[in-house]
Amino acid sequence: MSARVGVVLFPGTNCEMDAAEAVQTLGGQAEILWHGDATVNGVDAVIVPGGFAHGDYLRPGAIARFSPVMQAVSAFAADGGPVVGICNGFQVLTEAGMLPGALQKNRGLKFLCATATLRVESTDSVLTGRASVGDVLRVPINHFEGNYTCAPETLAMLQAEDRIVLRYVENPNGSIDDIAGVCNEGRNVVGLMPHPERAISALLGSADGVVLLESLLAASVPAPA
Amino acid sequence: MIFSVHVDVQLRPGIADPQGSTIERSLPHLGYDGISGVRVGKSIRFTVEAADEATARAQVDQLCHTFLTNPVIEDATVELEVLTGASA
Repeated sequence: MSARVGVVLFPGTNCEMDAAEAVQTLGGQAEILWHGDATVNGVDAVIVPGGFAHGDYLRPGAIARFSPVMQAVSAFAADGGPVVGICNGFQVLTEAGMLPGALQKNRGLKFLCATATLRVESTDSVLTGRASVGDVLRVPINHFEGNYTCAPETLAMLQAEDRIVLRYVENPNGSIDDIAGVCNEGRNVVGLMPHPERAISALLGSADGVVLLESLLAASVPAPA
Repeated sequence: MIFSVHVDVQLRPGIADPQGSTIERSLPHLGYDGISGVRVGKSIRFTVEAADEATARAQVDQLCHTFLTNPVIEDATVELEVLTGASA
């Protein structure tokens, strides 16, 4: 039985079909979770995809965190369910307090649309379980507010607990300690700025996102019927 | 009572400010020398109706903490003044 992955859709989300397509291409079942419904519909994993949820007004994710679906996503994560926030989804998860830190405007105030080179720093997370430490992945980035920041003591904790999952090989946006992705204490919630769902076919430039999304599917064990 | 509220949102000290530093870097090119420490924040204004100032302030402080700022990187300064309804 293939894993059912819920893809959250807020008004202003624009990567939900890419995420759903990637999940289905890799053998999972994808279903859209509307932000106004306070349920994750019994899925095995949740992706909070990229875009501009609620127009990114005030701050990216500041309004989205109050959408009814987020209470259900938070409860799902608290029970150990795998949750991955990509780009705007990462911003939403930090605003919701499900991941530490915050994402600021890029250093130099440039919107970045490029292919970033990432290094896998930890395989102990739902997004990197099938990768190897040191793997170098080419994955697109597409953001204005991807400059990860956190308090020095938070950074020290992330380092000590091996919770920096992915780093940029060449820092594109000013993120502290070259951070591209982090996980929560339970290692079942991961946020990253790069878009693995846009790197699932060599024909489209890179298939390096496959190992990440396959890790997520592998971590999303369907509940026994 | 109705209060006029001004919330000034600033990045916390020590948090890098990409907007502030970009503005600061551009200043010498525009002929402005000797300007440093540029920080960019947000100014939010609204009115609130409450029984008294303490109640209004408590409500605004909570609003700042849960919504208007991200406490991980931002601080808020609240200015509050009576607009109407002050009793003698």
